[in-house]
Amino acid sequence: MSNIPSALSLGIRRGGLEIRQFARQRESVVFTLLFPVILLAIFGSVFKDTIAPGVTFSQYFLAGMIASGLVNTGFQALAITIPLERDFGALKRLRGTPMPAASYFIGKSILIFVSMVIQILLLLAFGILFFGVELPTDVNKWITFTWLVLLGSACSTALGIAFSIVPKSGRGASAVVSPIVIILQFFSGVFFVFTQLPSWMQQVAAIFPLKWLTQGMRSVFLPDSFASQEVAKSWETGKTVAILLVWLVIGIFFSVRKFKWDRD
Amino acid sequence: MSLIQVTGLKKCYDDVHAVRGVDLEIAQGEIFSLLGPNGAGKTTTVEILEGFRTRDSGTVSVLGFDPQTRGHESRVWRNRIGIVLQSSADAGDLTVVETIDHFSGYYSNPRNVDEVIHSVGLVEKENALIRNLSGGQRRRLDVALGIIGNPELLFLDEPTTGFDPEARRSFWSLIQKLRSDGTTILLTTHYLDEAEALADRVAVINNGVIIEVSTPAELGGRATSQATVSWRDGETIKSERSDNPTELVAKLSSHFGGEVPELIVSRPSLEDIYLEMIGGTHE
Repeated sequence: MSNIPSALSLGIRRGGLEIRQFARQRESVVFTLLFPVILLAIFGSVFKDTIAPGVTFSQYFLAGMIASGLVNTGFQALAITIPLERDFGALKRLRGTPMPAASYFIGKSILIFVSMVIQILLLLAFGILFFGVELPTDVNKWITFTWLVLLGSACSTALGIAFSIVPKSGRGASAVVSPIVIILQFFSGVFFVFTQLPSWMQQVAAIFPLKWLTQGMRSVFLPDSFASQEVAKSWETGKTVAILLVWLVIGIFFSVRKFKWDRD
Repeated sequence: MSLIQVTGLKKCYDDVHAVRGVDLEIAQGEIFSLLGPNGAGKTTTVEILEGFRTRDSGTVSVLGFDPQTRGHESRVWRNRIGIVLQSSADAGDLTVVETIDHFSGYYSNPRNVDEVIHSVGLVEKENALIRNLSGGQRRRLDVALGIIGNPELLFLDEPTTGFDPEARRSFWSLIQKLRSDGTTILLTTHYLDEAEALADRVAVINNGVIIEVSTPAELGGRATSQATVSWRDGETIKSERSDNPTELVAKLSSHFGGEVPELIVSRPSLEDIYLEMIGGTHE
């Protein structure tokens, strides 16, 4: 009698359901997916400077927007929507069924991954069409890009689920989470060239994943000659992997140990 | 055979003793109703049985399983129970049939989705988005999600709050049908008429202890309590309490020469008895 469905197969079912639900919330689809594109359009049109030989600010900014897209669609979206689901009683209801927590997390990860891929494609298409961004031709760069997206989205998803325990209520979640993300974006060299920021900002940013994701994305979309313009005079690929892995482990630990299904 | 067995259950929050030694035994196939004012320990007790809360002391067995166990065994156990919580407002962007169908996938041996939709009376709304349902329809969906897994034991928490009288009646017949299919039901409700209509046995809980467990008809000595006979005599309504109401009515009948004007013979309602039992401590 214990032939209950596996956690993985239920997780995939939940992923399908999450995507269907998300797709029906038209406002949030538009906001989540198009907002970074709009930002790219604004910044790309305002700042037309060349920041290094063969590197325009739009290119620099595109790399930053792809990286912060990973944070927005994962961390930010989950840390805001999960407290809402908790307030509505949706999580408690799920808790009362044989569906395991792992399936819920897998479902969220699938939703986040799909929306990240769509958002990245939109940003790239927009960058190529309007800002003369050129896609890398080197296979190694695409390999870097692939693991950055995979590791970055895993990290962002796990931290979003973990952080969902912080907001006291669904209504207040956005006020808690959004400023953190925006400040991190400023500190991490998304809106400004990182090396032009005060060094204390750089040091704070270096603790968090976004700085490493943006730098990683620059290593994909900017010429290798630009590496010498970074703070460490290199792309610091190994360090990036290490720091993202540490945050991933922290995120998974808190998600598994501290996740709250109920309000009180 | 008892499906739920609780002995000496205790639970405290900080300094508040919410549950102070509850004993319960619920048999297979019965509808058992737990009654009590807010803050009596009702919700805490039920949530411990549902596996949502841990206890401080005492033993609890639900379907032969300790609800505070975690891990795979707990999934196997949850596969056998259904829970209808007090309120939920989730998944407004899915349709009724999508939601029920999705939840059916959680269980090893679910009921047929169409049959469940039919039995809760949502056939006409099956393709409606949940956010467009009325309060009563949403509640029916909650029940549908509680029974889709074909549970042996169903927890129903205030199931008919916000129902109109007709919807309550049809809901009651759904619950009675579930019982006749062999489902054991633990019902918590504020409506005494609901407990009376549905429950085989009721327990009254107050201040964290069970005061009495009985059938609705016998609770608080109701079946043997004095009847009240009232009638019209000229301009005034008279009433008298009596252990032998039939004798009194016969006497009245001969006095009036047949029909007694506005005759009423009543015994205390379940509500009267209940309020008396929890009297003084009711907030």
